[in-house]
Amino acid sequence: MAHDTTHEHNQDAGTKRIWSVFIILSIVTTVEVILGILKPEFLVDNHLVNMSILNWIFIILTLYKAYYIVWAFMHLEHEKKWLRRVIVWTAIFLVIYLIFILLNEGYYIYQVYQKGYIAWDF
Amino acid sequence: MEATVVRTGTEGKTWGGGNEPLGASYGKMMMWFFILSDALTFSGFLAAYGFSRFKFADIWPIADEVFNHFPFLHGVDAPMYYVALMTFILIFSSVTMVLAVDAGHHMKKGKVTFYMLLTILGGLIFVGSQAWEWSNFISGEYGAVTTTGGNILQIVDGDGERVALEEIAIDRASARIEHNENEGVWFEEGPGLPTYSLEEVQAGFMANDNLLIRTGNIGEDGEKIILSREESLEKMATEAIGVVEGANLSHNEYGPPLFADFFFFITGFHGFHVFSGVVINIIIFFNVVLGTYERRGTYEMVEKVGLYWHFVDLVWVFVFTFFYLV
Repeated sequence: MAHDTTHEHNQDAGTKRIWSVFIILSIVTTVEVILGILKPEFLVDNHLVNMSILNWIFIILTLYKAYYIVWAFMHLEHEKKWLRRVIVWTAIFLVIYLIFILLNEGYYIYQVYQKGYIAWDF
Repeated sequence: MEATVVRTGTEGKTWGGGNEPLGASYGKMMMWFFILSDALTFSGFLAAYGFSRFKFADIWPIADEVFNHFPFLHGVDAPMYYVALMTFILIFSSVTMVLAVDAGHHMKKGKVTFYMLLTILGGLIFVGSQAWEWSNFISGEYGAVTTTGGNILQIVDGDGERVALEEIAIDRASARIEHNENEGVWFEEGPGLPTYSLEEVQAGFMANDNLLIRTGNIGEDGEKIILSREESLEKMATEAIGVVEGANLSHNEYGPPLFADFFFFITGFHGFHVFSGVVINIIIFFNVVLGTYERRGTYEMVEKVGLYWHFVDLVWVFVFTFFYLV
């Protein structure tokens, strides 16, 4: 049975959106690579909540790219509001939880290696 | 010919079948189920990578020193150019995929065929690039020396430039020869031999006053710490226990074994997704060519594999960030 879902918009508008998203993704990737190669000192040396500003920039740009891929390419912007929420909220909640637990624990073990009374590098 | 259809009298009602909760067909909904669970699998891998990296925060390799190869530019330091190219290829194949989906919505078989073909080509190029990246990673470039504590010692010259083992090793009669099948009454495989023995590397290191050791430890400035000549000699004489060339699951010349393990595991799992995506795309491509969806009156299958393909691209965006950039 036919699903023309929610694509009532005409084809030109659809392809225009695709190409503009492609340009955005390309520009953001290029910026990331340039920053990754140059590693400007003021971004590496300055920290915000235990992480260098450069790494914050990388992560924010990555999420920005992820948003465009999921919304435009995977058509979530045309899906029903609750389908979007079921997918995005679930993922974000579980991922934040996982990252919090594992990175905290990793950092704790790092501290043990640094300050514990057992030599591990002999 | 009319098929026999049993009418239940519930068509169009809540329990009449063919419902689309949240406006998505059954297939599309299930694809989203799969994508969400797969996304959590990848999140688990990447978070585990983060865990290990935090654990070994001070000895983790610096990515753009490891991934600095580019085809036909041998010996040229090209940090991340290649992986950036791979990213563009994958993003572009995502674009052709979404163009195919868009053409499908307008029932344009020719366009769907063309864009599907481009998508498949992009995917194949990406998988090939990843194989090339792996082969560079596995064969390594400079080689290193391992220590009793499981650390990696890399050799640099006075300017801090890496020096390959083959440039310094002094040839000596090796203490151990590799055990081959024709030499035993029965053959048991022995551990492989590196190109140069530790004694040869040590002798070469002692002979050249210019050489220094670069440890795995990252200093205050974010660069790896380079020892003085005296410290280097002492470390090489007392702590070195073996030679490492390239990478496998238990040793690698870049840093902690976990670095290579996660590289193989995460990029391998992603590469497997790309590969299976290409296979699925090829199946759908032939269905498009044969007119299956034209007869069905909908190109929704193209949309569903499209979702999977974009998901592979999405995962790569994160792998790219956390493996190569951060």
